[in-house]
Amino acid sequence: MQVTQWSEALSGWLMGLGLPGWAAIFLVYAVGSFILINYGMLSVLLLIWITRKAISRIQDRIGPNRVGKYGLLQTVADAAKLLSKEDITPYEADKIAYNLSPILSVFGVLMLLAVIPFAPGLTGVDLNVAALYVVALGSIGIMAALMAGWGSNNKYALLAGFRVVAQLLSYEIPLVLAILTAVLLTGSMRFGQIVEMQSLHVAGFNLGLGWLGIVMPGALIVFFVSSLAEAELTPFDLLEAESELIAGFHIEYSGMKFAMFFLAQFLNAWILGAVAVTLFLGGWQGPGVGLPVIGPILGLGYFMIKVYGVYVLQQWIRGTFPRIRIDQMMYFAWKVLVPLMIGLIVAQAIIQKLPTPVAIQYVLIFIANVGVMAVVAYVLQKYFREEQIRTKRSFEPTSLIGGMQVSEKGTMY
Amino acid sequence: MQLPLGIEVPIPTFEQFVFIQVALLTAVAALAVVTSRNLFHSALALTLTFFGVAGVYIFLEAEFLAVSQVLVYVGAIAMLIAFAIMLTRSMMFGRTSPLNNQWGKSSLFAILFFSALLAFARATPWPAAGEEVVADEALIGQLGREFVTTYVIAFEVLGLLLLVALVGAVMLARDR
Repeated sequence: MQVTQWSEALSGWLMGLGLPGWAAIFLVYAVGSFILINYGMLSVLLLIWITRKAISRIQDRIGPNRVGKYGLLQTVADAAKLLSKEDITPYEADKIAYNLSPILSVFGVLMLLAVIPFAPGLTGVDLNVAALYVVALGSIGIMAALMAGWGSNNKYALLAGFRVVAQLLSYEIPLVLAILTAVLLTGSMRFGQIVEMQSLHVAGFNLGLGWLGIVMPGALIVFFVSSLAEAELTPFDLLEAESELIAGFHIEYSGMKFAMFFLAQFLNAWILGAVAVTLFLGGWQGPGVGLPVIGPILGLGYFMIKVYGVYVLQQWIRGTFPRIRIDQMMYFAWKVLVPLMIGLIVAQAIIQKLPTPVAIQYVLIFIANVGVMAVVAYVLQKYFREEQIRTKRSFEPTSLIGGMQVSEKGTMY
Repeated sequence: MQLPLGIEVPIPTFEQFVFIQVALLTAVAALAVVTSRNLFHSALALTLTFFGVAGVYIFLEAEFLAVSQVLVYVGAIAMLIAFAIMLTRSMMFGRTSPLNNQWGKSSLFAILFFSALLAFARATPWPAAGEEVVADEALIGQLGREFVTTYVIAFEVLGLLLLVALVGAVMLARDR
């Protein structure tokens, strides 16, 4: 199917009306980015509602149900409340860094929307380095967190800022490696082409079920876990830990500036889900997207269903998992995820050079994925069993007394 | 456009107009790096300069280079500089002066360096406008192949250097 870019089609139409070329292109992109950015900002209202409802159901509560039908307008009310709050600047704060940081954090997230393919031909820009672009923009969020921590003139905020940098930089590596597996298989960093490659033609009809996640479940899982860390979601939300720490690097922010950090966080989770869907879950692919008129609309529908599905999954994890410690978090990134991903990439690179048909290569990659994951799971299970025995022994009353006197290795004293 | 005194002023095309903005942003940010009295603000201005350079790369239709620029310079180098500044306590609180007693010599060298760059820029045979340039994904593929064929030694040595730096950092940080 020949996919026409919406921008080309529209600017061609405008030029037909007699506009000069540059003006038509400028107008089309201005309107496109206006729609995209406003969609992003407004969808956060829905995302926060989904989060609240999902987590309340998990915790056996009802959740917001007073403002609007099913509490849908609760977030609007909250936003109005935040707007009316006093805007405080801490004593001796670094004004530039303090005020720029919330803007930058939203900016870095919204820029990601530009490369997401929502439907066939409906992409902000089909960048030829889209996969790298997603990674590069992550660094703006890190910079924003560091600026917030520094600019607030608060040592807790600064420490939390350092933690953010440590966490986001660590989890960026497995994230990049997971993206690399998809790029390696499709041979393109263009999101449009990665999605195109995930079609599955059966007797000339596009079933759209050739998802990379089916071929590479290991890479999909690693990507999902690291995107949870990148979005600062629950198993990895020790940066904020609203209930016991003091909200992390944005502790000093109030009113709308605080809301902007909040907005960036929710939108980031959603967009990382969208990237996961694009790379591993087929993007807008699904049964019947090849059909002439209804295809693109179906594609948009499939994409949204998948992305919101991933978002609900993230919230489900948020509602059920306990928070991990910082040393466990670093351990997990560097000693589990990175070796796992390097193993997967080496296996995949070798398999892709084998002189076999592509279909057999896919099967081999699947087997390699499962194999590497099984090895990692086995090693982890062994480690945790030893760890369990060690901690149990150190808390047993008899050995505690022994431990105090003899101070054997491995006992707590 | 004709000004009253007979001076011809070319009207910039749309692309030139945007380029002027990007170039101005880069230049002003670069100036702010050296004139800012607060070292952290200098680091932030440096980050902005990196962004401006990435914008110039986009104008040259080198998207890969632009994105790599943001990834490496903003993601790693700027962060490193910010950390280094934050960890040096005296600079963290005091306001530093942009000038010290070596400003005369260094400005001389800066002027010499600039004139050398200018001479090189004028002497280089730049590709003429409208010439066919290899672009898009073919270029990225070619770049990758060059790394593992022609420049394989430099590439491997760089990798080794980074590994040594990493091991060194771990050695420094581990508790004894």
